[in-house]
Amino acid sequence: MKASNTLLTRWIPVLAVLLLTACGERPPIQAVQTGYRGTGMEQIYNPRILAAQAGLNQAPEPLAPLGSDGPKAGDVYQNVKVLGHLSVGEFTRLMVAMTQWVSPKEGCNYCHVATNLADDSIYTKVVARRMIEMTQTINKDWKAHVADTGVTCYTCHRGNPVPSQVWFAPGDRRYGNSLLGDRAGQNIAAPAAGLSSLPLDPFTPYLKESLPIRVNGDAALAKTGAAANRASTKQVEFTYSLMMHMSSSLGVNCTYCHNTRAFGEWGESTPARATAWHGIRMARLVNNNYIEPLTQSFPAHRLGPQGDVAKVNCGTCHQGAFKPLYGAQMAKHHPELLAPAPPRAAAPAPASVAATPESPAPAAAAPAPSIQENVHFGVGSAALPTDQAEAIRQVVEVNLR
Amino acid sequence: MAEYQNLFTAVQATGPLHGGVSLPAEDDARTGKPFLWHLAGRLGNAQIGPIYLGGLGVISLALGTAAFNIIGFNMLASVDWNPLQFIRQLFWLALEPPPPSAGLSIPPLAQGGWWLLAGFLLTASMILWWARTYRRARQLGMGTHVAWAFAAAIWLYLVCGFFRPVLMGSWAEAVPFGIFPHLDWTSALSLRHGNLFYNPFHALSIVFLYGSVLLFAMHGATILAVSRFGGDREIEQIVDRGTASERAALFWRWTMGFNATMESIHRWAWWFAVLCPLTGGIGILLTGTVVDNWYLWSVKHGVVPSYPAVFPVTIDPALLGAKP
Repeated sequence: MKASNTLLTRWIPVLAVLLLTACGERPPIQAVQTGYRGTGMEQIYNPRILAAQAGLNQAPEPLAPLGSDGPKAGDVYQNVKVLGHLSVGEFTRLMVAMTQWVSPKEGCNYCHVATNLADDSIYTKVVARRMIEMTQTINKDWKAHVADTGVTCYTCHRGNPVPSQVWFAPGDRRYGNSLLGDRAGQNIAAPAAGLSSLPLDPFTPYLKESLPIRVNGDAALAKTGAAANRASTKQVEFTYSLMMHMSSSLGVNCTYCHNTRAFGEWGESTPARATAWHGIRMARLVNNNYIEPLTQSFPAHRLGPQGDVAKVNCGTCHQGAFKPLYGAQMAKHHPELLAPAPPRAAAPAPASVAATPESPAPAAAAPAPSIQENVHFGVGSAALPTDQAEAIRQVVEVNLR
Repeated sequence: MAEYQNLFTAVQATGPLHGGVSLPAEDDARTGKPFLWHLAGRLGNAQIGPIYLGGLGVISLALGTAAFNIIGFNMLASVDWNPLQFIRQLFWLALEPPPPSAGLSIPPLAQGGWWLLAGFLLTASMILWWARTYRRARQLGMGTHVAWAFAAAIWLYLVCGFFRPVLMGSWAEAVPFGIFPHLDWTSALSLRHGNLFYNPFHALSIVFLYGSVLLFAMHGATILAVSRFGGDREIEQIVDRGTASERAALFWRWTMGFNATMESIHRWAWWFAVLCPLTGGIGILLTGTVVDNWYLWSVKHGVVPSYPAVFPVTIDPALLGAKP
């Protein structure tokens, strides 16, 4: 009896450790109180996981500014539709930064035809142009979500041509039409919902469509007729799934925004909830106004199982951090991304619109000799002063070699 | 020399195999030849069988097996008939009730029809099994306490899966058959109705749930503690107290001033256990049908404490005419 008792006491700690590690996250766990004592308003962190995550959320050093005087990019280069109001220096600096942010391995030629940088025939150039417009709109119109920190290409891309966290509409199941086995859009380990059995696609209804996220009624007693709150329990599971996605995307608990005693009550919520409210609308606008219309531009291998384009959710920017890159001030170093181009003055646009994918730009009249062939933007205007051209050459060479 | 242990069963006292009292002519014969199983004796009685199935038992088992298979094969089909995924994701899989759009109509099999069928078969199976517990108890000349305790559990099951969905006018309100999915349903129901913890019947149900656990622990511990004086013969001691029950009573009178008797402790336990699903069922039945938001209901009745403000006031952006 004695022997078996000692055996039991010896194995209990081992079993306890096994049981704990089976839960997926090794201690320590640190709780940080954020609200009034006793209300459970706190955030749970694991310093080990936080340290690993911090390394992934470092902002790169900004490039040195390149002066806003001199000829405008729209006058010097062909086919500049969105950034024509920038000086050649600002324009080139942004091009270099974008290469570092989006396609550091692939280089300029990820978007540009090497022999004619004005050529639109590579789809990524068309997409990138629209993404610049999107970035400008977000920074100007969505301060309720991005505040004055703003976003840059790097907020989502982090050195990847396709941001690492995007979503597609789920594909059809192999035996989806069978008589048995209807999943009702859930009941399978769903990565979008933190591997729970909640609905596996909370994005289509809320980040593309605008179905109601709110499920709570505003009165104690059930109303009847048209006044009744008709939200079903199943609808709640979709909202729940979206909230799980937000929680895992931001690396925060429910209590970052909500007081769990009354999830729906704004009076019980933190200001972060209002920021998140705008974020949902922002992601919806980005998907519908900027990403979806580009579907035809993308090659088939970039599309999802339903032929839809890769779309954004909270994780696309946040990538596990409560603020993307922990709120690093990147956008302020690129004022050209903070607002769309001012409306064009009466001065007619130069002949730069001539270049189309079908008709490559006319041969350069007199290429500036100090600029390499593959960073030349089609026309190679002689209007560029030599010192400016030299500065541009340097920034390109230093940062893209 | 065998040593008597009162925490783990170490010694098995076994008598001759016993087939049970003789049954009247209208009853079926019992099934199976009784035998002794040592491992079973470590937990309970070493004698296995005979079992009395009878007509009710056979039909109940058949209907229950049918429901079990409908649920299982739907789960298997939901992972495209992949047996490895079936095992790996078993806790995630479910047979889901019809979608909210179906209301209380009878939907196609693939969209909740199987759920309706499995639910009907399982309910029929449980009610027949209930009738069996009632009839077997009567046959032995016992009271029907077990049957009524079981009925309390069936009440909660039917409230969640039948009565409330019918009152709400939608099968979709019912519980899915599945491990995690039925827990998701539980949280979703609470979230939808403004936090079920503010439902007083839910609170009562928790009182009886935790109370049952507490009573079970107190009673089990007391009897084991006095078993060295013969305290495990508690039924005899209801009418003929011996030193064991006197000591047990004294212990509780000394520690908390009041004690149950050998008889009343079982009434306490039975009522606590039965009231847990009974009150819980009332709470679920009122949710959504009468009370839509339990948090606001509690605010209205002054039972929600308010705390000092820590965060700046947050206003619903939708009320501020926020774009878009």
